[in-house]
Amino acid sequence: MDAPKISLRGVTRAFGAKQVLRGIDLDVAAGESLVVIGGSGTGKSVLLKCILGLMRPNSGSIKIDGQETTGLSVSGRAEVMHKFGMLFQGGALFDSLRVWQNVAFGPIQSDGMATAKARELALAKLASVGLGPEIGDLFPSELSGGMQKRVALARAIAREPEIIFFDEPTTGLDPIMADVINELIVKCVSELGATAVSITHDMASARKIGHRIAMLHEGKLIWEGPVATIDDCGNAYVDQFIHGRAEGPIQMQVRRQ
Amino acid sequence: MTIPFVTQLGRLTLALLATIGAVTSFAGRAIRHGVQPPYYRQQILRQMLEIGYYSLPVVGLTAIFTGMVLALQSYTGFARFSAESAIPNVVVVSLTRELGPVLAGLMVAGRVGAAMAAEIGTMRVTEQIDALTTLSTDPFKYLVAPRLIAGILTLPVLVLIADIIGVLGGFLVGVYKLDFNDATYLRNTVDFLQFQDVFSGLVKAAVFGFLITLMGCYHGYTSKGGAQGVGAATTNAVVSASILILTFNYFITEAFFAR
Repeated sequence: MDAPKISLRGVTRAFGAKQVLRGIDLDVAAGESLVVIGGSGTGKSVLLKCILGLMRPNSGSIKIDGQETTGLSVSGRAEVMHKFGMLFQGGALFDSLRVWQNVAFGPIQSDGMATAKARELALAKLASVGLGPEIGDLFPSELSGGMQKRVALARAIAREPEIIFFDEPTTGLDPIMADVINELIVKCVSELGATAVSITHDMASARKIGHRIAMLHEGKLIWEGPVATIDDCGNAYVDQFIHGRAEGPIQMQVRRQ
Repeated sequence: MTIPFVTQLGRLTLALLATIGAVTSFAGRAIRHGVQPPYYRQQILRQMLEIGYYSLPVVGLTAIFTGMVLALQSYTGFARFSAESAIPNVVVVSLTRELGPVLAGLMVAGRVGAAMAAEIGTMRVTEQIDALTTLSTDPFKYLVAPRLIAGILTLPVLVLIADIIGVLGGFLVGVYKLDFNDATYLRNTVDFLQFQDVFSGLVKAAVFGFLITLMGCYHGYTSKGGAQGVGAATTNAVVSASILILTFNYFITEAFFAR
């Protein structure tokens, strides 16, 4: 078997006295789509940010393609970043730039692609998420939430990354638009042959885009397995979560941090 | 009662030191990125336009009225001992040494520092800064360094223009209100002006440009907690930049002119 694309061992991260990640072990194989589920405030975003390198874990090891990334220098980090694409929860589009400039940002700014060529590439990527060329000249604020998500997806795949991260891709969308985005994600990931890691609490989305699901609870992965097995996993926590019941072993935290 | 007071004092001191440390390391990182390529030329030009060109109206108005009021005030004072001929010189020296850079700095701090903190702060809370990183673009290089460079380069030009407009204001009041001979007024302005008067003002301007953009970027970059956090960042950027401008103004003056 090939070495895992992403490999985490004993990753911990605390904010002050609050221990958010309490030792995460996780392997994601190349070409696999892993979905991490869990309630709000369980550390999903922190986990994603640690893998991405936006945050440093307090301890533990994070390997990408077998290469340790936790102690990387700035330039080494930029190189690893080339393998990554990220779809942010709110889209995180640059609102001072036009849509096509957003999509072409990576190719132009960090790969040095010529503007005309990058514009063509951007329009092609927009087309692949179902947006016409006339959208390219608009500003992100002129788009609806679903359209912004599509543009953000186009930006995330513009550099044809090997690994794509999705941070709550369907949050804030209506069910139909959510499904459209889910299908686009499945399509883009399989076309690129990319490895995908998503975090979500939307079970419909998790079932659609994931091959494997892992559940994060109080900073630990308490269950993981193929999507098909989640309904009879026999884990009371997972059961409560996927059925969205207020009663059960999980007590919802009211306070953040 | 004394224990809580001492605790409070200690806490404040620690917080102050921590902030100074954070700002210094932020500045160091920004400067390092500012001198190393790649340079985002378009960003620098855009910021120069924003800081310099669009500040011209407000700085120009500030300068002309300051020059006018300087002439008027020094006249009322100097006329008491028949020293009216010193007025052009007082106007030009006050403007170039002090009022030009300080007032332009304060106006730009309000205009540009606030806008910068709000823009970068919003980018922070909407994850646009994280997005930059995931697109292999260093936010310090792309956002912070161009603003610092633009601030340092643009403010001296702005202040030079403010100096000229301010002198014009003094000239207008001197000639049309106080009945100076126009040629004499100009000769008195130029004759006693020293290179150092203007130069020290321009050095101040460059330092103020650095301070304004640094505060705008720092408070924006470190803001958190949504709209309220961005609001606080904006306020802090303007207040801290203004205080730093006045503080550094004294020390630069001392470095240039204290004997």
